[in-house]
Amino acid sequence: MSELEKPLRAELTVEYPFTRTTGKVIGAFMTGLREKRLFGIKRSDGSVLVPPLEYDPVSSEPLTEMVEVSQSGVVETWTWIDPPRPQSPWDDPHALALIRLDGTDTSMLHAVLVGSRSEMRTGMRVTAQWKEERVGHIADLEGFIQETEEVHS
Amino acid sequence: MSKSNSFRDVAVVSVASHQTKTLSEVNEVQLMADLISKCRKSAGVTQEEIGFTCSGSSDFLAGQAFSFVHTLDSVGAFPPISESHVEMDGAFALYEAWVKLQIGEVDTALVYSYGKPSAGSVIDVLATQLDPYYVSPLWPDCFSLAALQARLLLDKGLITLEKMAEISMRSQKNGFNNPNAVRSSKDVSLENLMNEPAIVDPLRASDIAEIADGGCAVILAAGDKAKSFCERPAWIKGIDHRVDSHTLGVRDLTRSPSAFLAAEKAGRNADRLDLAEIHGMTSTQELILEKEFDLSEETLVNLSGGCLASDTMMASGLIRISEVASRIISGQVDRGLAHATSGPCLQQNLVCILEGE
Repeated sequence: MSELEKPLRAELTVEYPFTRTTGKVIGAFMTGLREKRLFGIKRSDGSVLVPPLEYDPVSSEPLTEMVEVSQSGVVETWTWIDPPRPQSPWDDPHALALIRLDGTDTSMLHAVLVGSRSEMRTGMRVTAQWKEERVGHIADLEGFIQETEEVHS
Repeated sequence: MSKSNSFRDVAVVSVASHQTKTLSEVNEVQLMADLISKCRKSAGVTQEEIGFTCSGSSDFLAGQAFSFVHTLDSVGAFPPISESHVEMDGAFALYEAWVKLQIGEVDTALVYSYGKPSAGSVIDVLATQLDPYYVSPLWPDCFSLAALQARLLLDKGLITLEKMAEISMRSQKNGFNNPNAVRSSKDVSLENLMNEPAIVDPLRASDIAEIADGGCAVILAAGDKAKSFCERPAWIKGIDHRVDSHTLGVRDLTRSPSAFLAAEKAGRNADRLDLAEIHGMTSTQELILEKEFDLSEETLVNLSGGCLASDTMMASGLIRISEVASRIISGQVDRGLAHATSGPCLQQNLVCILEGE
């Protein structure tokens, strides 16, 4: 095949070349992550939404009252990720779960870091594990690990 | 919105679709040129006679901004045409065309949509539709999210692994008669499906959509025009779409309230349903939808095999409408429900009720 007959090939990287500010609510949550703290936001009925949103996802009311929440909670549902997607924050197989933190009323999606699928069960108690280096990103939270007495105290 | 006297009678008069595992050496323009001309030919119309053209496709899937502009070559956009596009499944493009026909300035519309997931990684593309701060950076794939939903159903006793296998078996057997089905089998057994290992725990390979390349084209026409194009038009008796929260953690994932509401508003209950074509990415999502639509034993579900047989991002919903319409046009059924979904875990839902005369 001569050079002319070869199909044209071009590398293409899909990107989003804009920067955005995260605003008062998401920004506060992200800043919290940097300080190893988790924040939610109060809805008009007093329930707590984690992670926080600027507007109530059901009533669309603006929400403003940030509250610090527990770093421990319960696995509501889970699946096993093996292998992890190459772009994801994780290199090792792990569970992906919806976790309801103590005292909150919604669940958040994150990883549960256990060695194997057989260690996972719905309803297990887990607690946050943080990265050493934190930048204000959802992956500052390395994931959740099974709660033990040492971690609890 | 359900049809009342204030709505114009609009019908699907012609359909064409194609799905295959991988479209090799055929690009989206070539695929759609073939389907659109088939569709126009069977209605006996030329592009000049079509008042409005609306398409659905994904730039994220194509990896290119304004990718739909290329595909207009398959329509023929000279002399100039009135045209629109949605970055959504073609079923939502059909909704826009239906609204345009309601306004009354045009009497005919061409709707089409397509996707070629073989050219990239559809599960990663779908991860980009999630919350950009809290969820997308974790890159959960669509089947893992559906697996979270499936486990909730199992844990709450709302489904069993056997019921899931029955849905997969129905799809594979029905798909056997559908030339567009990528996965089908005449003699698949429940036992074999039950013995499959979970690949996205608790979902087995047979529980999740069979990703396929493809596209679909549909022609809509109003009133007497519809009758002139087609002996037995599939009249749109009601069409509605509704949305649940984008935030997974605030929803009860064992349900799809927006699917229920869309079906109510589209007038599902006005008469019996012979057929329902429902758009779910997993056996468990099909079950959730069957419950939301309150389908009776008399209603045949997914005669095409549904998305477990062939799932084409951006076209699967329009194909559901096309499947119901073609069976009404041929006289096989009288009244059917077509459903399209979008977003994670059945977040957005469209229901279209179609009826023959």
